[in-house]
Amino acid sequence: MSLQPQALTPDYRSSRLRSPSHKLLSLAPGAGELTGPTFGHDLIGPNDNNLIINYAAPGQAAIGEQIMVHGHLLDGNARPVSNALLEFWQANAGGRYRHKKDGYLSPLDPNFGGCGRTITDADGYYSFRTVRPGPYPWPNGGNDWRPAHIHFSCFGVGWAQRLITQMYFEGDPHIPLCPIVQTIADPQAIDSLTARLDMAHTEPMNFRAFRFDVILRGKVSTLFENKLEGN
Amino acid sequence: MTRFQSASQTAGPYVHIGCTPSFAGLENMYGGHDLGADIFSPDTPGTWVTVSGRIFDGEGMPVTDAMLEFWQADSFGHYAPQGGSEGWGRRAVDAQAASYSVNTILPAAVGDEAPHINVWVVARGVNLGLHTRIYFDCADNEQDPVLAAIDDPARRSSLIATRDGDTYNFDIHLQGDKETVFLNV
Repeated sequence: MSLQPQALTPDYRSSRLRSPSHKLLSLAPGAGELTGPTFGHDLIGPNDNNLIINYAAPGQAAIGEQIMVHGHLLDGNARPVSNALLEFWQANAGGRYRHKKDGYLSPLDPNFGGCGRTITDADGYYSFRTVRPGPYPWPNGGNDWRPAHIHFSCFGVGWAQRLITQMYFEGDPHIPLCPIVQTIADPQAIDSLTARLDMAHTEPMNFRAFRFDVILRGKVSTLFENKLEGN
Repeated sequence: MTRFQSASQTAGPYVHIGCTPSFAGLENMYGGHDLGADIFSPDTPGTWVTVSGRIFDGEGMPVTDAMLEFWQADSFGHYAPQGGSEGWGRRAVDAQAASYSVNTILPAAVGDEAPHINVWVVARGVNLGLHTRIYFDCADNEQDPVLAAIDDPARRSSLIATRDGDTYNFDIHLQGDKETVFLNV
């Protein structure tokens, strides 16, 4: 069973006219696929990984359940991917995005932008603070609601590892109902996008921790072994 | 230990919040500077050109929420070394016309590959980011192994930008009669 979603997944209606109908053309990775942009830690500002305050007025904070999301960025051989840029975006605690195309009636939070980033450390570890996003309805033809989720944009070592995905929260009843989640056929692959409550790193009277690892395709030398399945 | 790679999920229509926050209207996020606004610094040697185009769906409608990323070699045929991001850029397409435009330098050939810019396409409705390449109609593309692997000449031309003065036009068609060739890298 393919770990990656097919391009055409009709239950997710937007894929119907945006999915290539031709098979992808396979190529042997060359210099352009094995290299990729990497960024220095000096790119990151002190509050870039704290969505609770990085868009808030001085002394203010975003409204919502206070959480920390943390984990490791790894390659397909479970080796840490260090010094890699991760970018995050999400709806606010009421399920509303700060975006002109989002017209959901739930109000904007003046102190929440929904944007953050960090760079993994030498062990591939990352963490950021935020508020737990709310679920929200979306136009897909039925009574569709997205499970609460945080979008992740991940750079690796090579261009071929570039990944955008979404993190879900353990126990969310919308996960099995969501046509976007269900573009992934393999239940284990869905499970691996589901963050776990992490009481060991939850700070009493402060915030809950959720653990989420992201696994990129194999490192440069093993990209051949990790060829995507054609679709 | 082998672990399964994380599955991709669509970037969705709000990708701009995380990747191009100034474009999305998040005032002063990251100092008001969207990462990837410049592919190369202005003093980079080479032939500076503009590459522009639009992106369309299977019915020819503009894909107004797409984000494109570019990764290319410099005018000496070198990709940026570890720790560098010269040669990389990104654009949110225009919200009405789904158009984009980047200023960059013409890359040199790398090995047996003709000069090209690697492109990665994400958007609402795209479950797994799509890789493609921009080649240039002024270059010698005859020996390029990727172009040579495309049997249909009409499909091959979907990867070749056409020159108009200092501007190269490169449109992307996600589906349909003009569908762009996408790559499994």
